[in-house]
Amino acid sequence: MVGSLGQPLLFLVALGFGFGPIYQRAGGGNYIEFLVPGIIAMGVLFTAMFSGIEIIWDKQFGFLKETLVAPVSRIEIMMGRTLGGATVATLQGVVVFIISFAIGFRPTNWMLLPLAVVFMLLTALFFTALGTAIASILDDMQGFQLIMNFIVMPTFFLSGALFPLAGLPSYISDIAALNPLSYGVDGLRGTLTSVLHFGLGTDLFILSIATFILLAIGSYLFSRIEI
Amino acid sequence: MTVSKFLMDRPKKSQQNEQTIITVSGLTKKFNGFTAVDNVSFEVKTGAIFAFLGPNGAGKSTTIKMLTTLLQPTSGLMKVAGFDPVKDPDKARRSFGIVFQDQSLDDELTAYENMELHGVLYHVPKDLRNERIRHLLEFIELWDRRGDLVKHFSGGMKRRLEIARGLIHHPELLFLDEPTLGLDPQTRNHIWSYVGRLNTEEKMTIFFTTHYMEEADRVAHTAAIIDNGKIVARGTPEDLKRQTKTTSLEDSFLALTGKTIREEESTGADRMRMRRKAWGGR
Repeated sequence: MVGSLGQPLLFLVALGFGFGPIYQRAGGGNYIEFLVPGIIAMGVLFTAMFSGIEIIWDKQFGFLKETLVAPVSRIEIMMGRTLGGATVATLQGVVVFIISFAIGFRPTNWMLLPLAVVFMLLTALFFTALGTAIASILDDMQGFQLIMNFIVMPTFFLSGALFPLAGLPSYISDIAALNPLSYGVDGLRGTLTSVLHFGLGTDLFILSIATFILLAIGSYLFSRIEI
Repeated sequence: MTVSKFLMDRPKKSQQNEQTIITVSGLTKKFNGFTAVDNVSFEVKTGAIFAFLGPNGAGKSTTIKMLTTLLQPTSGLMKVAGFDPVKDPDKARRSFGIVFQDQSLDDELTAYENMELHGVLYHVPKDLRNERIRHLLEFIELWDRRGDLVKHFSGGMKRRLEIARGLIHHPELLFLDEPTLGLDPQTRNHIWSYVGRLNTEEKMTIFFTTHYMEEADRVAHTAAIIDNGKIVARGTPEDLKRQTKTTSLEDSFLALTGKTIREEESTGADRMRMRRKAWGGR
């Protein structure tokens, strides 16, 4: 867990202090404050996807194989694994949040913290389920590299985590609007810094539906695993 | 101590009174036009030690996966301990234990915890579970290592632990996929002696695959050889040697399956297995 904190921390410090002055001069305000929710989402995203993807390995060489042959329903196994992965990813988000205090970040409304954790959890659930769904159909870890480059990175960079979505050309903002992570990031930013792009209600609604759909897809694919 | 002490409370409905514990009839599996298992039929008698042999790519693993509910057949019938793995997977699963070729233990848990988890997955009630875990760990001589993390175990210890774990729910049938692969002679000897005791003391049926023909020759009561998806021979090791006019099971095997090396493409699983070996796994 400690190792995986390196990347979010690096982004936070390098981008935060690197772009901070220019962002401020351009009239955007405090960049660190803008960035922190995005980096929390980053921690959640990477941890969640990775725990889902681990299944590729686990189903051949790990404990998962034992569960596939046990008299337990696949749905139960999938739910357990997804909840477990999502919990770890959420904790990762919380840790990044705590660390951000060290560089001066403070939430604008402490009462909304529980809601922020809800957003972390929903995002974690979505991406753990996504990782699980993908891993259920892949046979080889090579696929994992592809996934990282073509799914996780674009998802992260086009979600409003690092830059505001307002005023962007439509080809970027349209993609961002289709990206579930954007709503997670916006929800986190809204609850932690009161800055919103889509609106808290919209964020919660869309993220919940997306998560629900993906859990269903993930369960289906997981139940059809054949090794 | 004998194994009998803990296995005495076997449930009443068992295959002990039935003659055959596994029946396979016309089993076929096709993958995208390639027929991996072609109309395979064979039987395993209750209480036998049965060797399922074949060259690489013959259809061995595919057949076992179908018997153990990991794959669905394209056609054909199977009966495992009286249950159809396709129609009643959970009932079939409860009736057998399995030790895979690749490790399926959780490295980050202790030996005891791995055993416990299996007991929970198979719905073994708590007191019974603890009792059986103790007896089984003592049987495979790992009781004093029960609190150690599995990742620190040697390959042989892990294999022994997997055998013990596969027995917690009292199966009448044990599947072993290459149980002694990569192990030193002392450990191999130990493993066969445990398996032998399970068979003689508890009448447990053993279904195993191996590439070590001398072992199969020594321990198997009956065998079947599969090649290119079809059964090419079945019978006792003696039958096979007589049939091919050879003196060792290895020679009869080679006589029946030919001497050309089977080229296969590596599968995703093979690549991961090699990577795992490279990173120090066993």
